Amino acid sequence: MKINELIESHSELTDTSASKSAVVLMTRIRLARNLAAQPFPGWAKDAQKREIRDQCMQAVAALPQMKRGLAIPVESLDELQKQILVERHLISRELCHAKSGSGIVISKDQSCVVMVNEEDHLRIQVLRSGFQFKKVWSTINQLDTDLEEHMDYAFSPKLGYLSACPTNLGTGIRASAMMHLPALVISSQMEKVVRAVNQLGMAVRGLFGEGSDASGSIFQISNQTTLGESEEGIIKHLHGVLTTIVDQELNARAKLLETDPNKLFDKIGRAFGILQNGYLLNSGEAMNLLSLIRLGIDLGIFADGQRAVVDRLFIECQPGHVQHAAKGSFEPSQRDVLRAERLRLEFAKVTAPDFSHAAN
Amino acid sequence: MANPLKCDLCAKPATVHLTQIVNSKIHKVDLCEACAQAKGVTDPSGFSLADLLLKASLNPEPAGDTKCESCGFTQQDFKKTGRFGCPACYSHFSGILEPMLDTMHKGSTHTGKVPQRALARKSLYERLTQLETELDQAIKAERYEDAARYRDEISQVRSTTGRKSGA
Repeated sequence: MKINELIESHSELTDTSASKSAVVLMTRIRLARNLAAQPFPGWAKDAQKREIRDQCMQAVAALPQMKRGLAIPVESLDELQKQILVERHLISRELCHAKSGSGIVISKDQSCVVMVNEEDHLRIQVLRSGFQFKKVWSTINQLDTDLEEHMDYAFSPKLGYLSACPTNLGTGIRASAMMHLPALVISSQMEKVVRAVNQLGMAVRGLFGEGSDASGSIFQISNQTTLGESEEGIIKHLHGVLTTIVDQELNARAKLLETDPNKLFDKIGRAFGILQNGYLLNSGEAMNLLSLIRLGIDLGIFADGQRAVVDRLFIECQPGHVQHAAKGSFEPSQRDVLRAERLRLEFAKVTAPDFSHAAN
Repeated sequence: MANPLKCDLCAKPATVHLTQIVNSKIHKVDLCEACAQAKGVTDPSGFSLADLLLKASLNPEPAGDTKCESCGFTQQDFKKTGRFGCPACYSHFSGILEPMLDTMHKGSTHTGKVPQRALARKSLYERLTQLETELDQAIKAERYEDAARYRDEISQVRSTTGRKSGA
């Protein structure tokens, strides 16, 4: 598969048939793995790094899960292609900045990705839309076991899988869920939630991970500690916390509907109006408007089938995707025009909101 | 601005004010001149505010700069980057690592997945090396019966690994 084919094809996250879940948009697990007796990518010499990359990419690409997927060195991707992969949550920003000797292997359905020579030799990642930790863990566990057949991992019986950064030591696992929490944001409860989640040893980040803002009321919540607890234990613990947050969000929605439905309906109705008629929309504003539409769908104000459209637009209104769709490189102000145009077209097809049966 | 800031460590008036961003988090610290000197804040080779704020850094620093024998990574490198150079660094720097693990993680011992296949492969490999040494010794000492036994065992181990990697 070539990079352009991959970009054109539907991904796990942009596939319109997949999204059914309110609140949890996506489940993702990554494992950090390194080869025994080799320097970590940050410390390896260029020649060593390339050797390690070739060895890893060959082994990963040969896995049955990666059949007919894409395997490509990072330096053969242009900036826009890299940006699109970041916007699809397939690769990290760090990997984009990697100078040389890094690589990517992506499965055909874009649900399994292995980054080679990012911070660790191997960052194995599996993602699925919706709230699906069991499925994602069993997929990634198998992928890891299959890979281990062909590579000797750096492993210590006491410290577990050895990673470049000691914060990933042990299981090397980071399990995360991307959550849509508009009611908690509207009712100003998010700060409280973040604090509580942090106290439980978990991290809250914005849509694109560390340092990104939470536009569209979308947050990534993940485990922070990796040593001293089994993978299943970590996932179970996280799952429990996330379930509580889902309940909190649903309660907050019920409360908004009960106490001040007009204010909420006004927000949703205006969002629809701007998406149908706006002429300049930056990605932050577009995300926030789409977020309100998604909330409207969850409340039955718009048809259920629109959820998948909104989830796809969350990704397609990002700068890289906007430029790709318009086949060129554009300044932010030009992108805002293109984005608004795209959203006008999409929302011209959407039936007007019906507020009469709104319910949680 | 009525109240002058006090030193975070000793409560004298602070004259050194620092802001550092570590992992996208802003850390601020105010120190008096004496504490700033003592903590190496004026050290041009750089220091980590996060480390300063961590209790771990209050421990006296070990003399000298130890180096990982496998990859040449130094303790200074670790302080600068927060990353290690190679898997062997974990044993070379276990002294500075262990106190950190307690604050960083739930526990300090791995209880999760184990790479069964890789470990099995490793132990077979080690068994093979051992048998080969014993075979050599047996031949040298002209213990031919033993040698034959070792040779048989070696071919047996080899056939198992062959099957495994072919599977």
